[in-house]
Amino acid sequence: MYAAIVFLPLLGFLIAGPFGWRIGARPSEIVTTSLLFVSGALSWIVFFQVALGTAPASVSVIGNWFTSGALQVDWSLRIDTLTAVMLVVVTTVSSLVHLYSIGYMRDDPSRPRFFSYLSMFTFAMLMLVTADNLVQMFFGWEGVGLASYLLIGFWYEKPSANAAAIKAFVVNRVGDFGFALGIFLVFVLTQSVGFGQIFAAAPGLANKTIHIFGLDLDAMTITCLLLFMGAMGKSAQFLLHTWLPDAMEGPTPVSALIHAATMVTAGVFMVARLSPLFEQAPAALSFVTIIGATTAFFAATIGLVQNDIKRVIAYSTCSQLGYMFVGLGVGGYSLGVFHLFTHAFFKALLFLGAGAVIDAMHHEQDMRNMGGLWRKIPFTFAMMTIGTLALTGFPFTAGYFSKDAIIEAAFASTRGGAFYGFLLTTLAAGLTSFYSWRLVFLTFFGAPRWAAAGHGAGHDLAAHDHAAHDHEAHEHQVHDHEDHGHEGHALDPHESPFSMLIPLGVLAVGALFAGLIFSHDFIGEGGPEFWKGALYLRPDNHILEAREDIPGFAKQLPTLLMVVGFLVAVLFYFLAPSLPGRLARGAKPLYEFLLNKWYFDELYDAIFVRPAFSLGRLFWKGGDGAIIDRLGPDGVAARVVDVTGRVVKLQSGYIYHYAFAMLVGLAAVITWYVASGVR
Amino acid sequence: MLTISLSQFLIVAAILFTLGVAGIVLNHKNIIIVLMSVELILLSVNINLVAFSAFLGDLTGQVFALFILTVAAAEAAIGLAILVCYYRNRGSIAIDDINMMKG
Repeated sequence: MYAAIVFLPLLGFLIAGPFGWRIGARPSEIVTTSLLFVSGALSWIVFFQVALGTAPASVSVIGNWFTSGALQVDWSLRIDTLTAVMLVVVTTVSSLVHLYSIGYMRDDPSRPRFFSYLSMFTFAMLMLVTADNLVQMFFGWEGVGLASYLLIGFWYEKPSANAAAIKAFVVNRVGDFGFALGIFLVFVLTQSVGFGQIFAAAPGLANKTIHIFGLDLDAMTITCLLLFMGAMGKSAQFLLHTWLPDAMEGPTPVSALIHAATMVTAGVFMVARLSPLFEQAPAALSFVTIIGATTAFFAATIGLVQNDIKRVIAYSTCSQLGYMFVGLGVGGYSLGVFHLFTHAFFKALLFLGAGAVIDAMHHEQDMRNMGGLWRKIPFTFAMMTIGTLALTGFPFTAGYFSKDAIIEAAFASTRGGAFYGFLLTTLAAGLTSFYSWRLVFLTFFGAPRWAAAGHGAGHDLAAHDHAAHDHEAHEHQVHDHEDHGHEGHALDPHESPFSMLIPLGVLAVGALFAGLIFSHDFIGEGGPEFWKGALYLRPDNHILEAREDIPGFAKQLPTLLMVVGFLVAVLFYFLAPSLPGRLARGAKPLYEFLLNKWYFDELYDAIFVRPAFSLGRLFWKGGDGAIIDRLGPDGVAARVVDVTGRVVKLQSGYIYHYAFAMLVGLAAVITWYVASGVR
Repeated sequence: MLTISLSQFLIVAAILFTLGVAGIVLNHKNIIIVLMSVELILLSVNINLVAFSAFLGDLTGQVFALFILTVAAAEAAIGLAILVCYYRNRGSIAIDDINMMKG
């Protein structure tokens, strides 16, 4: 059964990928989606048996991948509670996204390709979460990276999509470099990459030092920092986050599946899975806290001013991933994983809801051109509101349990950086509330700006077309005009097809009740028998108990800030709609700073991209062109041309020259012959 | 009586031959002169043949000399015909203009 969960998506990929063009789009959709639903159902069974039930954790080896000296790597499926949680998250969201995509991608010509990529992604993600060694995990890690690259660049006609895909791939390479080095270091330290052996060896490695670059460094700290570098890249943490907002170039279901619910949480999963290592490296955990808190705060500030509906949610994802890392960093691994679990529901819901809005608006993504949509698409509005409530931590929704638990743990923790984490995550909770409600208000309330925008855009487009096609037949222009006029009137937001609404409903149920139902098991008293040791805690790690005993004001603070954020959003976008504009003008430097995402892209462009280009140009023009080519092939060729140029001059074309040469030659031969004959 | 030795015949023939070769190589003006030079070379060969035939008392050489004269006449006719055609095509028979084989 475990193998079926993992390999059914692979089967779907193998059917829809190479043969999709032959069996057609609709069968491809049906095959991949139904296989994913089977896989999802099996995952829930596993979840009930292993996590909630009493079935033992198990490792089943499928086969040997490679063996080289002490390095032995198997294909294997490790099924414990942590894996079961990830299986449920991945297959549930993936199957719902498959279903949703049938509706969302209904007009796309390359649907078999899309569905095969989705299934391939799911397979790689499942390989990642079921891995029993670091190398198989790395296989899944790169597999999801590849799928992410392919799906961000799915609309490959768009240059911006290609650029975003390449950016995502390259930024992830930076993180993966660290991850790979971390794996090497783990092998050096433990002579193994299998989790069983590593975890057994980890306690003995505490306080062991390793000699690198003339420095004696704490081995576990270095290892964990390198591994965390991989997590930073994959989970879009501060400094390596730049790819995630750009990844919104991909289709919206992809954003929901890969860039919100599953792939970006792989870093969180990895740290939780390697909790026995991180527990031995307190300094690395402090670093995790600081990076997570910084990300949570910084992404939230950017989310305040973005106008693209998907980018707001993308920065929100980035911010929530920061929360998860704060949870892990203070030692509450179950808190981070629980937030991962609930976040998957409400963030996938928000993304799919945003997709429904975009679909309703005929692929308009700018919130400034929306407004007043709640009358037109009431179901989508209700679902988005549920997602927003869960994200902002409204009492008894999913986010209320998971996010507030992380903030409480950060308050209770005595580790380095924990107070910084508490401060920033609390502030970010208020910001989260503000930008989430801003999204809802801008999109669904106020005057419908799309009517005017639709007309304006239609006319602009028509005018542009007239200018462009001036030379074409007059009839054609009239036809153009009629088309655009028609479109201007027809921009009538419509509710999406059922295949898109059903996933929204299912995820909304999760967003509302996942916290209520599961918080007892994940982070409450039921924790120990739920996790069954899948997450390791050092004996002196009492964060989960300490979290319960914090003062009341700290417990209430996030909720209070949530309400404040909501009220500010109401003030800004209901009561005084002119206020945001005035504020933006009043604090222009700050507004520009946030709107331009803290100038990170510009900074990286100046620090990395431009020097890399100029270095490349130096080697290309200077090294390769001026030295290797000039002295090598080009130089030899030029000498050959010189020599032949001189030889050519002998070919005068005059017969008598040739005749003379023949005679001289003949005379020389005869002379030699006669002379030697005489002798 | 003044007798003419074989070597004197051969020297005359060699002089004629050299003149012919020099006419081919040194002449830059006119292709007809090249044709005439070729005739000179053939004649020098004929002189050799006749001389050897006379001194060895074998008539075969003189018969061959007659054949060569005939062939030379045919060859001169063909050569001149080619020249006429060539002149029609190119408008010149100056040797310096014939350098299409220049590399």
